[in-house]
Amino acid sequence: MMHLWYAAVGSLPFEWTQYTFMKTALLAVILLTPLFALLGCLIVNKQMAFFSDAVGHSALTGIAIGALLGLAEPAWAMVAFAVVLAVVFTVARRYAVASADTVVGLVMAFAVALGVVILSRGGGFASYSRYLIGDLLSVTAADCAWIAALAATVGVLWVVAFNTFFLVSVNSSLARTRGIPVWPAEAAFAAIVAVVVTVSVQWVGLLIINSLIVLPAATARNVARSMRSYVLVACAVSLCSGVAGLIASYYLATATGATIVLVSMCLFVLSLAGVRRAHA
Amino acid sequence: MNERRAGAHHCATCGECCTKLIDIGVRIGSAVLLRNVNLHMHCGELTVIIGPNGAGKTTLLRTILGEIPHSGRIEHRPRRRNGDAPLRTGYVPQRLDFDASAPMSVDDLFAGALSGRPVWTGISAGIRTRVRDALSVVAADHLHNRRVGTLSGGELQRVLLALALTPTPDLLLLDEPVSGVDPAGIELFYDMVSALRQRYDLSILLVSHDLEIAARYADRMVFLNTTILADSTPAEVLSHELVRKTFGVSYCEAIRHNAESGHASPHHHHVHEESVVS
Repeated sequence: MMHLWYAAVGSLPFEWTQYTFMKTALLAVILLTPLFALLGCLIVNKQMAFFSDAVGHSALTGIAIGALLGLAEPAWAMVAFAVVLAVVFTVARRYAVASADTVVGLVMAFAVALGVVILSRGGGFASYSRYLIGDLLSVTAADCAWIAALAATVGVLWVVAFNTFFLVSVNSSLARTRGIPVWPAEAAFAAIVAVVVTVSVQWVGLLIINSLIVLPAATARNVARSMRSYVLVACAVSLCSGVAGLIASYYLATATGATIVLVSMCLFVLSLAGVRRAHA
Repeated sequence: MNERRAGAHHCATCGECCTKLIDIGVRIGSAVLLRNVNLHMHCGELTVIIGPNGAGKTTLLRTILGEIPHSGRIEHRPRRRNGDAPLRTGYVPQRLDFDASAPMSVDDLFAGALSGRPVWTGISAGIRTRVRDALSVVAADHLHNRRVGTLSGGELQRVLLALALTPTPDLLLLDEPVSGVDPAGIELFYDMVSALRQRYDLSILLVSHDLEIAARYADRMVFLNTTILADSTPAEVLSHELVRKTFGVSYCEAIRHNAESGHASPHHHHVHEESVVS
C-alpha cells in the first residue's frame, strides 16, 4: 500500500516529493485535516472549543502518567487519561457544579500543572517539549495506518450517528424529546474528541492543535448557510491549508503544524468577506 | 371544513385515548416541587395550567418529558397503535436556547430529527417534501430555507411547533411558548394550536402566565400550586377562591366575563384559521 503512495507522490515534479518523510507526512495531513474539520464543526456548534483545548493540554498529564508507569509508548496512557477527563467534564457539565467554562479551566490548569511537575522532576522536561510543538515530519508509515483506522472510525460514526450529535448540539432538551439518549451521546462525543486530539498531539503539538480543529469550522461558518456547506467547506479549508502549510514549511524550514495554522488563519480572514452574504 | 372537523372528532368523547398522570410527586432534596398530581388528558382537549411563579408548572412538563425523576406513574392509552406503545410527546419550549450563529437551515433541523441520513451529505427529496408539508400546517413553508438563527421569535415558535407535530404526537406540551413574541404573533400561534387540536385530535397541555389567552383557548383549566387545587372549565376555575386570591378578583372576573361572552376580545379573529385547517 505505502509503496504505491510513495511512487505516486514521488512521480510529482517537485523537490519535496523526493523525500520519504514528506510523502508520509503528506498522507498523514490528508487523513488528519478532514478529521479535525469534521470534529471542529460540531465542537464549534456546541461551543466546546475550550474543552477540546483542555483535552489537548491534558495530554501532558497522560504522558507523565505513562512515564511514571514506565511505559515505553505513552500514547495509550494519554488516550486513556483524556477519555476519563472527557467523561468527567460531561458529568460535571450535567450536574452544573460550576459554569462549564470554569470547570474546564480548573481541570486544565490542574492537569497541566500535574503533568509539568511530574515530567520536570530532575530537570528532565526538555525531552518532552516536542509534545508542545509537535513534529509532523516524524510521522511513520505505521503511524499512518493508525491514523487511517482512526479516520475510518470517525468517518463511520459521522455517517451513522451524525444527526444524533447534531441534534444534541442544537439543544439537549429538544434532542431528548426526539428520543435521543442525550447523556450517552454527549459522553461518546467528548470521548471521540479526546481520542483524536491526544493521538494527534505528538505530531501537531498541544499548543496549536485546537486551532487546527476550530479554524476550519470558524472559516466555514462565515460562508455557509446550511449544515451541508458548513461541513464540506470546513473539510476543504482544512485539507487545503494542511497541504499548503506542509509544503510551505518544507521550503521555509519551519514547524509544520504552526505553518498550517497560519495558512488556515489567512483563509479565515479571507472568509470574513463572505460574512454579510451568508448571514443575510 | 365542517365535515373535516366532524370527522376528526371521532374520539373526543369515546374515552378511548388518554394520558393519565397518577399521583405524581417530585422532590429535590427536602423541597417538594410537586405532590399528588392527578390529571387525565383526553384527545382533542386543550388543558391550560395556570399558577403562581414557582408553582411547579414547568417541573410538571419536564416530568412528563421524562427529564425529572418522580414518584407515581404516567399511564397512556394510545390510539391507532397497540397498547404498550410508549407515550409520544411533542414539546415546544419556552425559548429554544441554541447557537443563533450556527449555519443551520430549517430544513437541516427537521432532517436531523426525522432522517437517519447524515445532514451533511444532503437532504433527500422525500424529507424535503415532508418538511414542506409539516411547515405548511403552521403557515411557515416559506421558511424552509432560512437559517434558524435569523427567524423572528414568532416564526421560530411556529417552526418548533411544526417540528413537535412531526410525527404526530399523542400529547403536545407547550411551555409558555410565546414569551417574547409580539401580540399579533401570539394570536396567530394560538389560533393555530387551537385549530390543530381539532385537526389532529391532540391532547394539548399548555403552561401559561397569560390568563386572558388561557381563558380564551382552554377547554379546561387547571390551577396548580405544588398540587392541583382546581380543575374545571375556565369560567369555574376563574371563580375559584384561591385563583382569585392569587391573580386578583377584578382581573379574574373581567377575563371570565370576556371568555363567557363568546370570545368577545376585540383582537380576536379567525382569519388565520382558514389557512391552517383547510
